[in-house]
Amino acid sequence: MSSIDPAFLRGLTRPRLARSSYARRDVLRMMGAAGAGLALSACGVQGQGGKEKVSQSDVQKYWAGKTRNGRLNWANWPGYMQDDRETIKAFEKETGIRVTYKEVIQEMAPWFGKIQAPLAAGQSIGFDLMIMTNGIQLEQCRQLGYLAPLDLSKLRNFQANAGEAFKNPSYDPGNAHTIPYESGVTGIAYNTKYVKEEITSIAQLFDPKYKGKVGMLGDSQELGNFGMFLLGIDPEKSTKADWEKAAEKLREQRDKGIVRKYYSQDYVDAVSKGDVWLTMAWSGDVYSLTSPDVKFVVPKEGGTIWTDNLCIPKTAENPVDALTLMDWLYVPENNVPLTEFINYMPPIPSTQRLIAQKAEKATGSQKRDLTRLSTSPLIFPSESDLARLRHYRRLTQAEEPEYQKIFEPIAKGS
Amino acid sequence: MARGRGRLAPYLMILPSGLWMAVFFLIPMVLMVSLSLQTGNLIEGFRQTFHWQNYTDGLNTYGDKFVRSLWYGLLATVACIALAYPAAYWIAFRGGRHKSTYLFLLLLPYFVSFILRTVSWKLVLTDNGPILGPLRGSGILPKDFHILDTSVAVVSGLAYNFLPFMVLPIYVALERIDHRVVEAAYDLYASRLQAFTRVILPLSLPGVFAGVIMTFVPVSSDYVNAEVLGGPQNTMIGNVIQTEYFNNSAYPMASALSFSLMAILLVGIFAYARTLGTQDVLEAAGR
Repeated sequence: MSSIDPAFLRGLTRPRLARSSYARRDVLRMMGAAGAGLALSACGVQGQGGKEKVSQSDVQKYWAGKTRNGRLNWANWPGYMQDDRETIKAFEKETGIRVTYKEVIQEMAPWFGKIQAPLAAGQSIGFDLMIMTNGIQLEQCRQLGYLAPLDLSKLRNFQANAGEAFKNPSYDPGNAHTIPYESGVTGIAYNTKYVKEEITSIAQLFDPKYKGKVGMLGDSQELGNFGMFLLGIDPEKSTKADWEKAAEKLREQRDKGIVRKYYSQDYVDAVSKGDVWLTMAWSGDVYSLTSPDVKFVVPKEGGTIWTDNLCIPKTAENPVDALTLMDWLYVPENNVPLTEFINYMPPIPSTQRLIAQKAEKATGSQKRDLTRLSTSPLIFPSESDLARLRHYRRLTQAEEPEYQKIFEPIAKGS
Repeated sequence: MARGRGRLAPYLMILPSGLWMAVFFLIPMVLMVSLSLQTGNLIEGFRQTFHWQNYTDGLNTYGDKFVRSLWYGLLATVACIALAYPAAYWIAFRGGRHKSTYLFLLLLPYFVSFILRTVSWKLVLTDNGPILGPLRGSGILPKDFHILDTSVAVVSGLAYNFLPFMVLPIYVALERIDHRVVEAAYDLYASRLQAFTRVILPLSLPGVFAGVIMTFVPVSSDYVNAEVLGGPQNTMIGNVIQTEYFNNSAYPMASALSFSLMAILLVGIFAYARTLGTQDVLEAAGR
């Protein structure tokens, strides 16, 4: 370092005296380049609207020439697979397909933001199978043609074993692009160490008594639904005026300082540690919490039922392997261990019987856990429970930006 | 011949970085400016309509977030100066031959990922965590006292995460001060305080100036700290831009907000440079 001539260093760091005489010319030149760029980009970004209907020939065209490659990359939410990956190991052993499993999905909107650019460019997103919740982003993926059309003739187990409520859903007619992974309920979780009364109603999330101790979900559809439930509005039949009324309530709740934070996944941690005392929550997350202090309820005003779906991005490198796994999960025996772990509603009704049988044979704490599972109304809801649950509002292309504009800014503090 | 090549040399030397900047800075910037004036949505596509309203809409809807970001930026920058100056001073004047070791120790935590450092704060500051739990339990702090999800948490996180950008330029400026100048001050009967305020501080100001620019700009546009440590009342403009761009695919709005932020920061920095009496901002920053 010391051997360098100081004059040389000075030459490197000091501006040349004549510099200012270049400047104006450089600016002019830059403006010229900028003008050219503007002209280039003025034509805008192409729209990517895909087709709404999928025909048999689309399916054949997509799957023609595609073969099994013996490997598979799967993107999922956290907590949706046993910690020791038991189900994946069983699948690998049976089929010889190697699965790379990543828990990369935290919330639908950011996930869509992440995969949108490569999918629009027709590039691989690095995953052959992903889980998407029914809602705004899945609808966009469908409309933009980002999802592979499913070959239902290769999904025999799905055809045979899926419950009727899980087939042909309104958000994906004819299961053209998706089949369910599982369903769950959005309700309220509360920590009984701090909350000394029974929580039964959404109104309690708006109680000033719990100032700074309430968590809400940041997702605009989840949040919007709870605002509407509070006002006795059925989200599925709601209008723009209803949304505005609900947004006003939610904003009031926020501005009074009742809401501590709008969460994506991290509410589980917050409610078990006591950072928040009561929070909007997803049924299975709470069911599988080890903390006995946290309870989950479906509020009397109603709760949201949603479905997380298996789907294949159009640019997948191993779509046949992905389809194989999708169908394999619909063998009831294969699904049982998964349901035992993730504690959400399986799309296969016969798992209830299988788990009950397993409970009869088991002993001790295992018997207790399995019995609790097979009789839980959160995992296998009764008809009357189901009647209280509502779906997300299905938004048309024109409604979606209006809905987002109303609810989205709330969690962002605007 | 030799003269000709000599005249070309500066151009050849600037060519690689010039090209680099053109491809990865200038063209994207131009595209983003263009995008900020378009209208449309993801499914139908975006078209250039010179919709200047994107800017006014953005400023109207999120004006308070701009103000909050600049305010947080200012607070965090001041906190950084308060923390960095004494540390840099001590290392530069009292560090002896272990100067670089001390500097390295100061920078060591920053080898850990930015996100991880911020998330670990969350574990430390949680309501019933190792610090607040006992304090609240023993009644020293009121029951509903909390730090997480408040502006205090966000500003502290910002100041912590960007501290090196303040320490290094101040250290460099102090380190370059000729000790004989300070001795001369004492010889002329200056007190320690006078020597500091009239000799050392003015000579180190360019370092502080560079440090302020290097912290204030990224701090004001940061979104990670507000996301992890903040609550709904602490959203910064960076969070809004991130959501608009990545979650809502509202590219024109996100671009318009970005350029508004850039313009505000540039105006702020030029104003700052003027009040500090520096003629040329870039020159001062480069010093």
